[in-house]
Amino acid sequence: MSHPPASLDQVLETSGSEVLVRARGLTKKFGSFTAVDGIDFDLYRGEAFGFLGPNGAGKSSTMRMIGCVSPPTSGELAILGVDPVRNGPAIRARLGVVPQEDTLDVELTVRENLLVYGRYFGLPRRVIRERAAALLEFVQLADRANSKVDPLSGGLKRRLTIARSLINEPEILILDEPTTGLDPQARHVVWDRLFRLKQRGVTLILTTHYMDEAEQLCDRLVVMDHGRFAAEGSPRDLIARYCSPEVLELRFDPDLHHAAADKLKDFSAERSEVLADRILLYVADGDAALAAVRASGLEPLTSLVRRGTLEDVFLYLTGRRLED
Amino acid sequence: MAPTLLATGVSSSWPFSSLSFRAFQCWLTRYRRIWRSSIWSSVLGPICYLGALGFGLGTLVDKHSTASLGGVSYLAFVAPAILASGAMNTAMGEASYPVFGSIKWNRIYIGAQASPLRPADIFRGHLMFMAMRIAMNAAVVIVVMWAFGAIRSAWVVLAYPAAVLTGLAFAAPIAAWAVMVKVETSFNYLFRFVMMPLMLFSGTFFPLSQLPAGLRALAYATPLWHGVALCRAFSLGTAASDPAGMGGHAAYLAVLAAVGIWAGARTYRRRLHV
Repeated sequence: MSHPPASLDQVLETSGSEVLVRARGLTKKFGSFTAVDGIDFDLYRGEAFGFLGPNGAGKSSTMRMIGCVSPPTSGELAILGVDPVRNGPAIRARLGVVPQEDTLDVELTVRENLLVYGRYFGLPRRVIRERAAALLEFVQLADRANSKVDPLSGGLKRRLTIARSLINEPEILILDEPTTGLDPQARHVVWDRLFRLKQRGVTLILTTHYMDEAEQLCDRLVVMDHGRFAAEGSPRDLIARYCSPEVLELRFDPDLHHAAADKLKDFSAERSEVLADRILLYVADGDAALAAVRASGLEPLTSLVRRGTLEDVFLYLTGRRLED
Repeated sequence: MAPTLLATGVSSSWPFSSLSFRAFQCWLTRYRRIWRSSIWSSVLGPICYLGALGFGLGTLVDKHSTASLGGVSYLAFVAPAILASGAMNTAMGEASYPVFGSIKWNRIYIGAQASPLRPADIFRGHLMFMAMRIAMNAAVVIVVMWAFGAIRSAWVVLAYPAAVLTGLAFAAPIAAWAVMVKVETSFNYLFRFVMMPLMLFSGTFFPLSQLPAGLRALAYATPLWHGVALCRAFSLGTAASDPAGMGGHAAYLAVLAAVGIWAGARTYRRRLHV
């Protein structure tokens, strides 16, 4: 057993700086494949920080390194001021993790899942019982405390996973795609609970490939693609920087789709994107642009004027859609 | 200094490793749900074996000379081998699919690794549970042996730790391997090509003197033979006449268990902390 340095807790408590996670040139390789390619970031206490990107962008690999279960291949990483490779257990004692796929013990009851997990953290049984009751209340599962986990719906399981991740009262909560696979209602419940945690001062680090999730929860986010950061900022900043105020979505008869796309190329939009089924025009004024399209003799089957979103930012930065 | 270590939950030199013990408690909580059904199969197994072999087959065998069995009844001869091979079977059962499943199916290891537990703690905690299951089943076999009148000596109290050691000599290396297994069909090879031949050719059902010399040498090299020899010597009370031999058997098994424990800490880390 390698004991952590005696002063570890002092380091953790008195590091002064509010930077909880600091990465410089952080890199993760699996054989010849580079999952995370030299990223730099600082995460501050109390913020909600999002890693946005499509599958395979390197989000989960980054999360695993922050979660101290995956040693970086190279670069610097400091969590709570210390090296995760040497102080993994001490850091993990202060983290909560909501993994991408639930790791609940389906053979145990809802409460037993919390009891077992609390024991992993070495908490006394009395403390675990008290916290478990409060946490089940928090995620609105108190009435299911004694039911088995197996028959619970995906949304309830997710909430239990969140409750379990909070049993050690973590300073940092790491969430890897917290609402993937949930129905809209269940997602809103999860978002609401996460927002309350943030209000309480818990630092949230999350990955998502849902732009609405990032917009709802994140103070700051990075758009990740091919293991690198394509952009960094608040959702509003990113939209302002990389997207027009409005977006005009046009759908044409499939036979005319390409012809229309060609014709719209010369159009006076800031920029356009041709998707498989739609054409997006990035414009200052959507209604005026639609009128101009019609005046040029093109008649779309459907049209939609909307505000720019993170999805547009992502499309612009990576040339791909988020959920592809 | 001590309080800060406790606060981060990392103090772990007591009693064995408190972190490993935490992982063990998880398995204990799970086992509380199924122990009743598992006890029945633990009891029924040895009763069937000792009934069929000891009484059924034994009646036939005992009609001929039992000189090659060392002059004891077939029941007394085969019972300690059932004890040793039972420990091996429990070990293989507990160290194969449950280890694989803890990564692929119920993902218990994946959940546990987000806590302060290190891969080695997760391994040792699970191994403690395997040892407990091996010890429980071995205790049941000894009680059944006693009920069948198959025990010849009070030295049998040492057959108990010998059986547990035999189990550990299998459980630790198999768990160390199982955590790296990618497809579950690999375990079929373990059961067909390791467990089955060992069960049949380790001096369990007949003395090794019945085998041709080449095969005999091979059997001597297998761990189950050492476990069987140890358990049998204690159950029949012949151990005192060959203390060096007993020491050799125990050392062989202990080395195997130790290598497994050493290797497991490494394979678990390689598999879990990628």
